[in-house]
Amino acid sequence: MRGWGAALLLVALAVQADERRSGFLDMSPATQAMQRDDSLNPGMLWVLQGEQVWSRPAVAGGPSCAGCHGDAKQAMRGVAARYPAFDAARDRPIDLPQRIAACQQRVQPGAADAEAGLALQAYVAYQSRGLPIAPPDDARLQAPRERGQALWRQRLGQLDLACADCHDALAGRRLGGSPIPQGHPTGYPIYRLEWQNLGTLQRRLRACLTGVRAEPFAAEAPEWVELALYLAWRARGMPLEAPGVRP
Amino acid sequence: MNTLNRRRLIAAAGGLWLLRPAAATPESLAAALRDFSGGAPLRDGRVQLDIAPLVDNGNTVPVGVSVPGVPAEQVQALALFTERNPQSEVLRAQFGPRAGERSLATRMRLATSQQLVAAAKLTDGSCWVQRVDVIVTLSACLE
Amino acid sequence: MARSLITLPERVVRGESFRVRTLLQHPMESGFRVGADGRLLPRDIVRRFRCLYNGELVIEAELSPAIAANPFIEFSVRAVDSGSLLFEWSGDNGFAQREQRPLIVA
Repeated sequence: MRGWGAALLLVALAVQADERRSGFLDMSPATQAMQRDDSLNPGMLWVLQGEQVWSRPAVAGGPSCAGCHGDAKQAMRGVAARYPAFDAARDRPIDLPQRIAACQQRVQPGAADAEAGLALQAYVAYQSRGLPIAPPDDARLQAPRERGQALWRQRLGQLDLACADCHDALAGRRLGGSPIPQGHPTGYPIYRLEWQNLGTLQRRLRACLTGVRAEPFAAEAPEWVELALYLAWRARGMPLEAPGVRP
Repeated sequence: MNTLNRRRLIAAAGGLWLLRPAAATPESLAAALRDFSGGAPLRDGRVQLDIAPLVDNGNTVPVGVSVPGVPAEQVQALALFTERNPQSEVLRAQFGPRAGERSLATRMRLATSQQLVAAAKLTDGSCWVQRVDVIVTLSACLE
Repeated sequence: MARSLITLPERVVRGESFRVRTLLQHPMESGFRVGADGRLLPRDIVRRFRCLYNGELVIEAELSPAIAANPFIEFSVRAVDSGSLLFEWSGDNGFAQREQRPLIVA
């Protein structure tokens, strides 16, 4: 009898509907159409730029991305879906923008070309469009991910709100007329209508911290990647939409 | 409106492009329409303005203007105006001999909930308008 | 050179109207925004857009600061002869960009 009960419970859990929703579903039809159609999606301007940056040497006579990595359609397929990842060289997890910046630094030491970096992010993430978010099964990521989860649940700022307070407990309700999304990083880098520009997950998280009147973490602080690690794990299996469009 | 939303509106009005030292007025809108129509009286109808009644973000709002039912060769120009943006003008377009359907779509900025006016000038000198009210909500968590 | 994305059908039928979509990477700084230092950011927008088809005008538009950044313009062209479409944007601070696309008319 007990065996049957346990089996039924397992089956019930297995067929329980996945209640996770991408922020795409919380947008108006017009904004959804903007993302869905490559001829309408402003993010594609950066994907096109990234395509050109990929094949162009950063320094005269030096290598291009293509020179080492080959055709991005093959070499970069699935890459964006498994970031953040552990970087042995720095002995800590890094996100995709940091990974690209590190490559740029190696090829052209000195001032990083942030504009080229953003275009490359868009182009690389585009190669994973439609693929499920797949955080690596790496034991070294566990502690940072748990710190990210703790950050997600920690009350911050003058408004004393935790991410979880809105994006777990109140997702689907409204804040000042706008629907509260669950906050999955399915679209990054996104063309955000509020920015009228393409931007990273870190930029979006910084806006959240400002929104609760908290001091944003320093630019290279580990907290950003720890949060991103937790968010990727929380969204595992959901398809990547890069480049996404969001309000 | 609770304190939270009021703070967000003030934050938005203070730093972003919602700040408008000189706002459009009903007079400037009327003047802009008169300039487009060349003095012809404004008649309701014929021109169609396509826009969602409730927009996600006033920074980038898809909008379309067309003149269904009017033969293409009879449409000389289309224009779009606003009631409450800093300026009344949004877009004006003239069509040449190689134009197809007399229609266009673009993305505009809406400073606040307001009325939009689409206008079409025909080759017979007449000018037709359609007015639509649009609601703009602010996005939360502004930088 | 600013990035542009132009979409039109690969083949069109003579006499039919077809749709062209254009997207241009441009900030369209309205001239109404205030920077971090409290000073007004000067206007920097695309002011004019034009499309020519084998040298003849399709559409000519005047843009204002009310057009959103990365301006999107979609319009219709009537297919006559094969040839090319020329797209021209111009605006503040001497901004000028031209793009050309071939057109095959069956």
